[in-house]
Amino acid sequence: MPRELLKGNEAMAEAAIRAGVEAYFGYPITPQTELLEYMARRMPELGRVFVQAESEIAAINMVYGAACTGARVMTSSSGPGISLMMEGLSYIAGTEVPCVIIDVMRGGPGLGNIAPSQGDYHQIVRGGGHGDYRVITLAPATVQEAIDLTVLAFDLAEKYRTIAVVLTDGSIGQMMEPAELPPMREVPRTRPEWAVTGAQGRPRRVLTSIYLDPYEEEKTNQRLLERWRQIQAHEVRYREYYLDDAEIVVVGFGIAGRVALSAVRAARAEGIRVGLLRPITLSPFPYAAIEALCRQARAFLVVEMNAGQMLEDVMLAVARRVPVAFYGRMGGVVPFPDEILEEIRRVVRQPPRLEEDPREAWFQRWSLAR
Amino acid sequence: MVTAIAPETTYEKVYERPRILIEVHTHYCPGCTHGVAHRLIAEVLEEMGLRERTIGVASVGCSVFAYNYFDVDFVEAPHGRAPAMATGIKRMLPDRIVFTYQGDGDLASIGMGEIIHTAARGENITVIFINNANYGMTGGQMAPTTIPGQRTTTTPNGRDVRRSGFPIRMAEMLATLEGPSYVARRSLHDPRNIRLAKKAIRMAFEAQVRGLGFSFVELLSTCPTNWGLSPIEAMQWVEEMMIPVFPLGEFKVVPELKGLRV
Repeated sequence: MPRELLKGNEAMAEAAIRAGVEAYFGYPITPQTELLEYMARRMPELGRVFVQAESEIAAINMVYGAACTGARVMTSSSGPGISLMMEGLSYIAGTEVPCVIIDVMRGGPGLGNIAPSQGDYHQIVRGGGHGDYRVITLAPATVQEAIDLTVLAFDLAEKYRTIAVVLTDGSIGQMMEPAELPPMREVPRTRPEWAVTGAQGRPRRVLTSIYLDPYEEEKTNQRLLERWRQIQAHEVRYREYYLDDAEIVVVGFGIAGRVALSAVRAARAEGIRVGLLRPITLSPFPYAAIEALCRQARAFLVVEMNAGQMLEDVMLAVARRVPVAFYGRMGGVVPFPDEILEEIRRVVRQPPRLEEDPREAWFQRWSLAR
Repeated sequence: MVTAIAPETTYEKVYERPRILIEVHTHYCPGCTHGVAHRLIAEVLEEMGLRERTIGVASVGCSVFAYNYFDVDFVEAPHGRAPAMATGIKRMLPDRIVFTYQGDGDLASIGMGEIIHTAARGENITVIFINNANYGMTGGQMAPTTIPGQRTTTTPNGRDVRRSGFPIRMAEMLATLEGPSYVARRSLHDPRNIRLAKKAIRMAFEAQVRGLGFSFVELLSTCPTNWGLSPIEAMQWVEEMMIPVFPLGEFKVVPELKGLRV
């Protein structure tokens, strides 16, 4: 396929279509609305299902119903809408049916704003809804990656009968850049053996998330956990840049990781031995990769567009073996490469101390700078 | 004196369990009419030969376990969301028969948005709405259908409309929309009304089979346990207290269904 100039939201929509999505249910919210609008045009054209729901709550429950029929289904939204969907996510997880959700993050909390943010990390990576479950979380840094990860999300969701979330943000959603779309796949015609399709010539099937007997519920929890262990063992993905001889390791995901890469290149030009680890699966998180880097790194620098949500996972992996520094922008502010370059220089100049709390140290510096 | 039954006596079976109704012990309370509603749905599905094409959507409330009683495919929806789930199912499988089974708290309170919009879209599904004027599963709290003056655990002195508002007449409200093809309210408090209720359920599924769009049957039901009444008193309470607030009848019948004999 030729490279085209594509807008992130539309590229993800077309990627989902080419991955064989059979139904899309959504509701307008900036900065993801183009995805909904694109689906409104394209899905009926292809004889597939599009419904504009009356709310995100309805949208996710339409996804839930359609997923129970074994169909390939998705929705998309942004923070406030994703919050409304959390009830549905928990039920979908508890019922063990697959679906794909795209969260184009914006500034928050509350109504916040429509600028790019990474404030939904905890909400998505930690599960978000009630009960004990996890979702696969994929974080693209370019429009191309947004396309590729959207396709991957469907494959992983179906392979593991789980929810897969593409966690992106307003900048990727809104930006245009050259990217290549995958070829059109066949829409699946067969239905999985668990799907509810009408009990024709077979015993009835029931899909539910209620297990009144605690021992039965515990078995369900065990099954979910066992599946999660498989996902952890096989689906961790990340990108490494300039890490071979790096003494300082920057960790950043999505657009923050991309901005950090520019800073890392600039720092390299200054002779600083710095590299970047960019997690692509935020969940399962690349703990082992970060753990391994502790053997060579003098310090880590975590860069995010939130108050240090992924930072907590990095610190779990580092386990106080190496000092960690943090730099964050919040509220929809995207850092410039120069800001991160300055942070890299600062880490060289005044290495963080092992005993200090990276978020607290950052907050103190930030308060002083104001 | 013991009279032995003559061995040659044979009995003609005139009434039997619909095959779709699974033979299990009920979890519903004595005198509750959920069982009657279940049976009527099972009879209609069986008579129409729909067992292998039907997918039910259970809701949250006493009928959360509705799927234990029907030998058809079933899913269990979050509280109030059954119409949205049913929409997802029906859009994927338009030739299947999809119905939701919802109580008054589920449908008329937390699920008001979903039911209105599913009806407005004319989604080709059937909704069976059990109105027993309170939240049964959680122990008898005020529902959107609790009648003025009715005592519940959250209106201990009776529903005071100045503080707790008025009951909602779902059937009448939905009948104002363009989407529905059939909207009726029936009662399960005596044999005559039960027969009328079955006809309404049949009409609703006939509407769906014909692709006419959203169909809705509200059934006035008893909740003797939470009403603090005996089963017989509960039947009387439906007749004397509920029907004046929730009049019975067909509120919308599209022309395609008129004249249909069921």
